Amino acid sequence: MRSGGFFVLCAFEKERTHVNAPTSFKQSDQQSALRERLVVIGNGMAGCRAVEEILARDPGRFDVTIFGAEPRVNYNRIMLSPVLAGEKAFEDIVINGEDWYADNAITLVSGDPVVSIDRAAQTVVAKSGRSEPYDRLLIATGSDPFIIPVPGKDLAGVVTFRDLDDVDRMLAAADKGGSAVVIGGGLLGLEAAHGLTLRGMKVTVIHIMPTLMERQLDEAAGWLLKAELEQRGQTIVTGGDTGEIVGRDGHVSAVKLKDGREFPADIVVMAVGIRPATGLARSAGLEVERGIMVDDHMVTSDPAIMAVGECVQHRGTCYGLVAPLWDMCRALADHACGAPTGYAGSVTSTKLKVSGIDLFSAGDFSGGEGCEDIVMRDAARGLYKRVVIKDDRLIGAVLYGDTADGSWYFDLLKKGEDVSPIREALIFGQAFAAGGAPLDPNAAVAALSDDAEICGCNGVSKGKVVETIRAGACSLDAVRSQCKASASCGSCTGLVESLLAVTLGDAVQSKAKTLCKCTSFTHDDVRRLILEKNLRAIPQVMQQLHWSTPDGCASCRPALNYYLLCAWPGEYEDDQKSRFVNERMHANIQKDGTYSVVPRMWGGLTNPRELRAIADVVEKYNAPMVKVTGGQRLDIFGIKKEDLPAVWADLNAAGMVSGHAYGKSLRTVKTCVGSEWCRFGTQDSTGLGVKLERMTWGSWMPHKFKIAVSGCPRNCAEATIKDFGVVCVDSGYELHVGGNGGIKVRATDLLGKVATEAEAMEVCAAFVQLYREQAHYLERTAPWIERVGLEHVKAALFDDADAVTRLAARFRHSQQFMQDDPWAERAAGKHAELHQHLAEVRPLNFTPTTTEAEFA
Amino acid sequence: MIGDWLDIGPVDQIAPGNARTLPVRGGDEIAVFHTLDGGFHALVNKCPHKHGPLSQGIVHGGVVTCPLHSWNISLKTGEALGDDKGCVPVIPLRVDAGRIYLLREAVLGGASPAKAA
Ligand code: SRM
Ligand SMILES: Cc1cc2nc3c(=O)[nH]c(=O)nc-3n(C[C@H](O)[C@H](O)[C@H](O)COP(=O)(O)OP(=O)(O)OC[C@H]3O[C@@H](n4cnc5c(N)ncnc54)[C@H](O)[C@@H]3O)c2cc1C
Ligand code: SF4
Ligand code: FES
Repeated sequence: MRSGGFFVLCAFEKERTHVNAPTSFKQSDQQSALRERLVVIGNGMAGCRAVEEILARDPGRFDVTIFGAEPRVNYNRIMLSPVLAGEKAFEDIVINGEDWYADNAITLVSGDPVVSIDRAAQTVVAKSGRSEPYDRLLIATGSDPFIIPVPGKDLAGVVTFRDLDDVDRMLAAADKGGSAVVIGGGLLGLEAAHGLTLRGMKVTVIHIMPTLMERQLDEAAGWLLKAELEQRGQTIVTGGDTGEIVGRDGHVSAVKLKDGREFPADIVVMAVGIRPATGLARSAGLEVERGIMVDDHMVTSDPAIMAVGECVQHRGTCYGLVAPLWDMCRALADHACGAPTGYAGSVTSTKLKVSGIDLFSAGDFSGGEGCEDIVMRDAARGLYKRVVIKDDRLIGAVLYGDTADGSWYFDLLKKGEDVSPIREALIFGQAFAAGGAPLDPNAAVAALSDDAEICGCNGVSKGKVVETIRAGACSLDAVRSQCKASASCGSCTGLVESLLAVTLGDAVQSKAKTLCKCTSFTHDDVRRLILEKNLRAIPQVMQQLHWSTPDGCASCRPALNYYLLCAWPGEYEDDQKSRFVNERMHANIQKDGTYSVVPRMWGGLTNPRELRAIADVVEKYNAPMVKVTGGQRLDIFGIKKEDLPAVWADLNAAGMVSGHAYGKSLRTVKTCVGSEWCRFGTQDSTGLGVKLERMTWGSWMPHKFKIAVSGCPRNCAEATIKDFGVVCVDSGYELHVGGNGGIKVRATDLLGKVATEAEAMEVCAAFVQLYREQAHYLERTAPWIERVGLEHVKAALFDDADAVTRLAARFRHSQQFMQDDPWAERAAGKHAELHQHLAEVRPLNFTPTTTEAEFA
Repeated sequence: MIGDWLDIGPVDQIAPGNARTLPVRGGDEIAVFHTLDGGFHALVNKCPHKHGPLSQGIVHGGVVTCPLHSWNISLKTGEALGDDKGCVPVIPLRVDAGRIYLLREAVLGGASPAKAA
């Protein structure tokens, strides 16, 4: 009987010692006899909030018993981070203290987890053996931290970050000082790392993905965050895959990555993710996928059982943040009190609780068809803002550095209102855009006072800019060169353009051709600023130079990668994903998706061993064609991307290296037979060609680069349509530059004449380096020379007696890092993922894989 | 339901800004993309222009640039952007607990004799 059960239960209750808040008897027996018994499993954020919501609607409806695995009252889990950081004490984060349970006649059974649910008998049984009958059951068991299954995961000193006990364990470790390794660079991991840093530990964060918090941040914001954390003394290892946790005497001592790197650790915090705690529900036979399946009223597959919080799966989604819980709890209480409304899912937003770092992210920012990005960057203030608009609605936002407008954007996003009337000013935030009035950026600029500072870098006022424009500077470039406004970081480019428009109206001259549509800077600007501002990574260039897109485009990414590579030889780490397919794969893609392979034949020379190796490869890999190219070497066609590493290994074995037939780099050095054999030959053109190729191969350049050496003016090697051509004559070597035999044939210009082979090589190295340092990406020597003029090139090389030596020395320095055969690296297994499929699907085989079974 | 979704492994198999491929016996190869802002998308690995392998293109924003003739293809809709016209099938994809799932039906397309089973 229901009332009987109630009394027995309460009598039993009083005897128990670990009960924090014994039931009080405020209601009359009469009333309680009518009440349904509500049992809640989980004394966490969702469970208690649900009870609060029910009490607010109908306080007399249920007799409530709450089981909690943790030996304490209901507290605010998200504030564990400030507790760890020492900014709050446990008392500060309690949501409902003992008096709440007492005042509302709630029985709290804490420190005693429920171990089974008997749905037929409608009872739950706790670990202590205590059994409790229910009319309605609410499961609010939250999540369990995920532990990556690596050797050493069970060592003492490996902790998770979920409850107060975990915080206590971390604090105990921090008291002893030393090193901490946090595995996982998501929200939780970074908050743990921050806390431990403040507590005096030396912290390393190991994150498997290349971007921190990759689920909330894009590459640009992730980069800013990483830079900031590093500045605070944390070591951030991205792309780090944990292989093993190393122990000494049963206690953790280090974390070892799969690539062999090792980081000392006195404590290891695993913060790699959470899994909904569904064990109880699953063994009770409730419908469970990844979470406990619930309908819009938070009812499970058993109508007497509800579930709420992180343990549930609603319309296919499991949440890991608190905001959705509040909405779930409202719907749950409405239903439980007989006035169902329903929950329709939540849009979530994230903030990182690390003091001094302002970061906000909400909604969807993965772009795509119909999406438009508006990006604002302010390098001086370390600001990055990005909003994503689709069909005139805001669908996503990432803010770094200034999150004041986060809640405003989030509100716009949730309401799904038409933002087109405020579109122009949207990125500037609520202060500019709200009020609904369309804001003309020009009008706002016009309204600025004359002494308002426009360019912070160079201290240029509005008055000065306007004066410069009135004095005849009719373009952005002219303003930049004449008064320096917007010539440094570029963040005021928009303002200067507005001033041009306001001052000149239609008379503004169109802007100089920019590197691409993502930036207002030209190629030359970007190259100069990379050096001036010491920029060393693509996201850094984009941030400092105020790129208008989050991660660039197919034009600027390869260009920036090259410019950085050229500026910082040996230091810049090449960005594979910014390379065109051929350079990424080190082979030429063909129309059918296979690749062609061209090994280098130095100066067009070959030998039986090489020819045999090529013949063997053609047969072994069934290459459908092998052809002599126009560049004096052999091209093997039709190789599959999976076979490339093996093909290269075979060619390497015969001493052959990549011919870079795919690269913006040195292609071939064509030679003729020269004085060795030819009756007209004046010098050893073949030998010089081989030497030139040995010197220049492997170097990355703005575009492809071809060299030829002819033994006499009959010019059989076609040296006068090459980027650098040598024509040997009796008295020495004529050096020719800027030729092109391609789309628009251009004969070379004569650069000069030298007497010795050594001088010819030195000038070649200097010329290549000048081209590398000055040309625009994808500009061959012919259009480059037509643009800058032969005189400029001559002056740069010969006006100063040491220029050739200095340029050649810079080239040789850079070549130290370039002349590794990329094929050998790949054949040895580097970037294997580029050559392998993820998996193969065989339609007839329908047996679930083990991983699929994991969730079943 | 999970049975309708094919688990193709953990998200960290594909670095951001990259794509990897999934050959399908008797069907079209699939390209799975990971964008720089953390999105995942799957398309049939065939450019609508002349069947270039989109998996080998440069990924920027929610777009891949085809390696053969530089058409820009939306990763979300499979449509060619700008002046180019054409569309490649999108394979519904979802990410759950760090793993990537493709809609089984779409993966197998018309290829599977076992589809009715
Ligand atoms: C294989 C080869 C044709 C052959 O079978 O002989 C060839 C094949 C291609 N050429 Fe070439 N060119 C080849 C020698 C040439 C030559 C002759 C030479 O080097 O003496 C020229 C004219 C000389 C010159 O470059 O000034 C030449 C001028 C071009 C051009 C026009 C360049 C220009 O600046 O106008 C392109 C297009 C481009 O680069 O944008 C091009 C582009 C191509 C591409 C890469 C087309 C492409 O983007 O896919 C072809 C790739 C083939 C492949 O997959 O392997 N190819 N190409 C020759 C390879 C030479 C080598 O051993 O590396
Ligand atoms: C350190 C930290 C920082 C966070 N920061 C944020 C943030 O900034 N913003 C944000 O939105 N979210 C944050 N979260 C996530 C947020 O705390 C959770 O989304 C929220 O707590 C989920 O509520 P819940 O009730 O579902 O689970 P919980 O709060 O975990 O409650 C579940 C309770 O059930 C108990 N339990 C489990 N099984 C049983 C059983 N068999 N019997 C009895 N009791 C059981 C557990 O011990 C636990 O006390 C953070 C989480 C952590 C750990
Ligand atoms: S000439 Fe044209 S078709 Fe022939 S290889 Fe060069 S690019 Fe291809
Ligand atoms: S095949 Fe893709 S652009 Fe031509």
